[in-house]
Amino acid sequence: MDSARSDGQASSYVALKILVAGGFGVGKTTMVGAVSEIRPLRTEEPLSEAGRSVDDTASVNRKRTTTVALDYGRITIREGLALYLFGTPGQDRFWFLWDELAQGALGAVVLADTRRLEDSFAAVDYFEHRDIPFIVAVNSFDGARRYRCEEVEQALDLDPGTPVVLCDARERASGKEVLIAVVEHASRRHKERRAQRAQSG
Amino acid sequence: MNDDPGQQRWYDEDAGPLVRLYALTRGRARPRQEVFDLIALISAPPDPARYRNDPTLGPEHTAVLDLTARGARSVADLAADCDLPIGVTRVILSDLLEVGLIHVSRPLVPDRMPDERLLQEVLDGLRAL
Ligand SMILES: Nc1nc2c(ncn2[C@@H]2O[C@H](COP(=O)(O)OP(=O)(O)O)[C@@H](O)[C@H]2O)c(=O)[nH]1
Ligand SMILES: [Mg+2]
Repeated sequence: MDSARSDGQASSYVALKILVAGGFGVGKTTMVGAVSEIRPLRTEEPLSEAGRSVDDTASVNRKRTTTVALDYGRITIREGLALYLFGTPGQDRFWFLWDELAQGALGAVVLADTRRLEDSFAAVDYFEHRDIPFIVAVNSFDGARRYRCEEVEQALDLDPGTPVVLCDARERASGKEVLIAVVEHASRRHKERRAQRAQSG
Repeated sequence: MNDDPGQQRWYDEDAGPLVRLYALTRGRARPRQEVFDLIALISAPPDPARYRNDPTLGPEHTAVLDLTARGARSVADLAADCDLPIGVTRVILSDLLEVGLIHVSRPLVPDRMPDERLLQEVLDGLRAL
């Protein structure tokens, strides 16, 4: 990555962000770990008034924050081109994090467990509203009934054209397929948008 | 609210270094100018002599510089390598930028991507993994 060192070549550094969202225990850490060298990353979470305990309000001048762990993995495609994966829970408490992570993101994966699809609603809504290309990856847990992709599509009320794929987050090959699917989908969406812009402008 | 203890960690666990860092960063909650995207690349002079004996720098600053001196790395990598929360890492980087000890390369974002060959390259790269 030495190319980024001198100012003249700085713009040759391309980094693509892919987000991995989904409820607790759905396999985010497992998937990021299967496809990349995963590192635990911590960030500060501002503590809301509601979460603050009585002692905290009593102690003056003491800023209280919690730390939130997120999954972080990097895949280097070649010098100057890297794919960055960020995984964090897709739940209300964590949107403060998502707003930053989502900026400039190429696309997202919403991991879904068919035994509790409702855990994926918030993440699906989030990416739909921000117009971030995403796919749904249905993690096949043992004992869970096998759903067809169309059933998941209906249950999550996905916009037409949102890909749904089956995966096993523990398998590197499966994780790779998921990443390929999201990059292909994002590529299509970016192409469409460029075409729209060219037409209207 | 969330009651599962595994899901959140209090600063108290490592209150020592964090309190110290907070003092070190003079209570500044966020960097003054540069926002330091998590995937921005940070590079530094490869020569430790340039910062090693700088009395204004704390051990965390030096640790960051030592890492970057070995090669440019992302803000996220630095935070993970130094085991520092992202916010603290950003404050340290902001200090270093102010005194001209680091260089920041902002990545190209996909919306402004010049061509589709890059995405094809990514796809080929992923398939070859
Ligand atoms: N059978 C099965 N188990 C999985 C799969 N993905 C994850 N798990 C298991 O589910 C548990 C939770 O996974 P984890 O990655 O920690 O979930 P996270 O909370 O979303 O990060 C772990 O014990 C994993 O081994 C999968 O695709 N199939
Ligand atoms: Mg996890």
